[in-house]
Amino acid sequence: MSHFLRRQGWVASLFALFVMLFIITRLIQPAYGSGDFGSLVRAVLPYAFAVAAQTVVVIAGGIDLSVAAMMALTSVTAASMMNGASEEYALFVVPFVLAMGLVLGAVNGLLIVVTRVPDIVVTLATLFVLQGAALLVLDAPGGAAAEWLKALISGTVPIPGLPDGIDAWIPKALLLLIICICIIWIPLRRSKLGLSIYAIGSSELAAFRSGVPVARTRIIAYALSGLFAAFGGLALTMSTGIGAPIPGPYLLASVAAVVLGGVALGGGKGGLLGPIVAVFVLRLVRTDLTLLAIDPNVTAIIEGAIMVAVVMFGAFITMRGRQ
Amino acid sequence: MSTTAIQSVPLGRRLKRFMADRPLIPLIILLVILVVILQILRPGIVNERWIANTIKFAIPLAILAGCQTMTMLTGGIDLSVGTVATMSAFIMATQVVNQDPAVAFLLAMMPAVLIGLVNGIGVGVFRVHPLIMTLGTSLIGTGCLQVYQRTVIASGAKIPDFLAWLGTGLTYGVPNALLLFVPLAALIVFTLSRTGFGRLLYAVGDNEHATRLSGVRYWQVISALYVISSVLAGITGLLYIGLIKAPSLSLAEPLVLPSVAAAVIGGTSIFGGRGGYTGTIIGALILTVLTTLLTILQMPEGARRILFGLIVLFVTAAYLRIVEER
Repeated sequence: MSHFLRRQGWVASLFALFVMLFIITRLIQPAYGSGDFGSLVRAVLPYAFAVAAQTVVVIAGGIDLSVAAMMALTSVTAASMMNGASEEYALFVVPFVLAMGLVLGAVNGLLIVVTRVPDIVVTLATLFVLQGAALLVLDAPGGAAAEWLKALISGTVPIPGLPDGIDAWIPKALLLLIICICIIWIPLRRSKLGLSIYAIGSSELAAFRSGVPVARTRIIAYALSGLFAAFGGLALTMSTGIGAPIPGPYLLASVAAVVLGGVALGGGKGGLLGPIVAVFVLRLVRTDLTLLAIDPNVTAIIEGAIMVAVVMFGAFITMRGRQ
Repeated sequence: MSTTAIQSVPLGRRLKRFMADRPLIPLIILLVILVVILQILRPGIVNERWIANTIKFAIPLAILAGCQTMTMLTGGIDLSVGTVATMSAFIMATQVVNQDPAVAFLLAMMPAVLIGLVNGIGVGVFRVHPLIMTLGTSLIGTGCLQVYQRTVIASGAKIPDFLAWLGTGLTYGVPNALLLFVPLAALIVFTLSRTGFGRLLYAVGDNEHATRLSGVRYWQVISALYVISSVLAGITGLLYIGLIKAPSLSLAEPLVLPSVAAAVIGGTSIFGGRGGYTGTIIGALILTVLTTLLTILQMPEGARRILFGLIVLFVTAAYLRIVEER
C-alpha cells in the first residue's frame, strides 16, 4: 500500500510540476493560450508514443533501443503508401502500419527469446536493420499524408455540455493520445497478461516458477512496444505530412521520460501515466526556454542538465527510502 | 577414465569444447573468413595497403570499444564516448590555431575529464543507471559543443601536423597509430588482468554486493573507471581527427553503437563480470572489415545497414552459443 502511495505520489508531484511550469509559462508569456497548448500537444504526440513504447518494455525488465528507428520506418512506410493515393486508401494504411509495428516488435522479442542475446544488443542490431529498411523505403524525406489524418490532430473537437472556454483547452491531439493509450493500456493493466509483464520485469525467475510464460510475455511486451512505436510513427507523419527516414531524438527522450516518470529501469515498477506526464513536462520546459529567448543550443544543455539532475535526485530518494 | 571419455566424444563436440575454452579462436576464424570473402569478391584487394588502412580505421573503434569493455565489465555502459571524442577533437582543432599545442591538448582533455567525473559520480555515488547517466552527459556535452562552436566560428580550425601524422601516417607500411595503440592496448590488457583495479572491475560486475561487503569502496572504483573511460575517448577523438581531418560536431557519434557492438562481439558480457580486451580488439577488426565488405558490395546505404545489424546479431548469438554450451 505504501508502495502504491509512493508511486502515485511521484506521478502527482510530476503533475504539480507540470502545472507549476504552466503557470510560469503564463507569467513569461501572458498571451500563451489554448492555441499554443494545442501545438504543444501536437509536438508531444510522437514523443508520448515513443515513451509509451519504451515504458512497456522497461516494465517487462528490458530496454528497446530500436524505438526511434521503428518510428522512422513506420512513418516513411505510411507516408510513401499514402503518397498520391486516395483519402480512403489511408483507411487501409493505418491498420497496416500498426500491424507492421506489432509484428516487427514481436520479431524483436522473438529474437531476444530465441538467441538469448541481451536485449540491449538485439535491439541495437534491429535499430540498424530498421533504419536501413527506412532508408530503402524512402531515401530522403518525402511522401504525403491523407488530409483526414492530418485533420485528426489539429484543432479541437466540440464536446457537448462543455463551455467553449474549456473546450478550447482540449485539443484533438490530446484526445487522440488519451484514447489510443487507454484502449490499449487499461485493459492490459487489468488483465493477466499485464500482471505477467510486471511479474517478469520484477523477477524473471520468480515469475517463471509461479507459472508465468516468460518467453511469451516478453514477446508480447515487445510487440506492444512496436505497436506504440507505430502509433508514434503515424503521429509523426500526421503532424509533418511527410515521412523522414532518419530517426529523430526519440530514443534518448523516451528513456529520459521513462526514468523521470518513475519507472524503474530494472523493471517491474511504475505505470504509463507518469512517463507521459514527464514527457509533457520536458516539452513544456523546452517551450519555456524558447519563450525566454534562450539560444536553442543552450536549451539542449539545460534540458540535459535537468534530466541528469532529476534522475540523480530520483535515485537519491530511492536510496534514502531503502535505508 | 578420462581418456575413454575424450575418445568417446565426437569430433564436433570436442571442437566446440576446444573453442569454448579459447573463445578468441572462433573470432579469429570469423575474421579470416571475412577477409577471404573480401579477397574472393575483389581479387587482389587484400594487400599491404589495405591491411594498413583497415588497421587505421579499426584503431579508434577499438579504443572506444575498450571504454565499453571496461565499463561493461562492471555492468555499466558508456554512451558518452562519442560526444567526448568529438569534443576533444573539435576543441583541439580550433584551439591549436591560436594556442600552443600543449595548451590546446590540455584544453581538449578538460571536458573529457569533467564528463568522466560527472558520469562516475552519477553512477557511483547517486547510483543512476549508467545508460541514462552517460546519455544525459552526452546530451549536455553536445549542447556545450554547439555553444562553443559559435565562439570560435571566426578563428577557423586546423589539424595539427602531429595528429595527422599519427592518424594517417605510415612508417615502412605500418600505421603510425599503432605507436599509440599498442602500448595503450597492452596497458588495458595488463590493467584488466594483472592489477588490483582490473580485478575490482570484474568483481564489481560479478557481484556488487559481495564486493561491497568485502570492503571495496564502490564509488571510488566507479568514478576512476568512468574518468579513465572518458580520457581514453578523448584520446580517441584526437587520433580520429588526425584520420578524418574534418572537424565536425558529429565526428565520432557514428562510432558509439559499433563500439558497443565490438565489445559484445568480442565476448564481453553486457551484464558484467565476464570478458576481456583482446576479444574486443578482434571485434573491432571484424566490424571494420565487415564495413569494407558491405561498401564493396555497392549496396544502397539502407541495405548495408540492414546487413550490418543482422550480422552483428548473428555473430553475437553464434558466439554466445559456442561459449556458453560447455
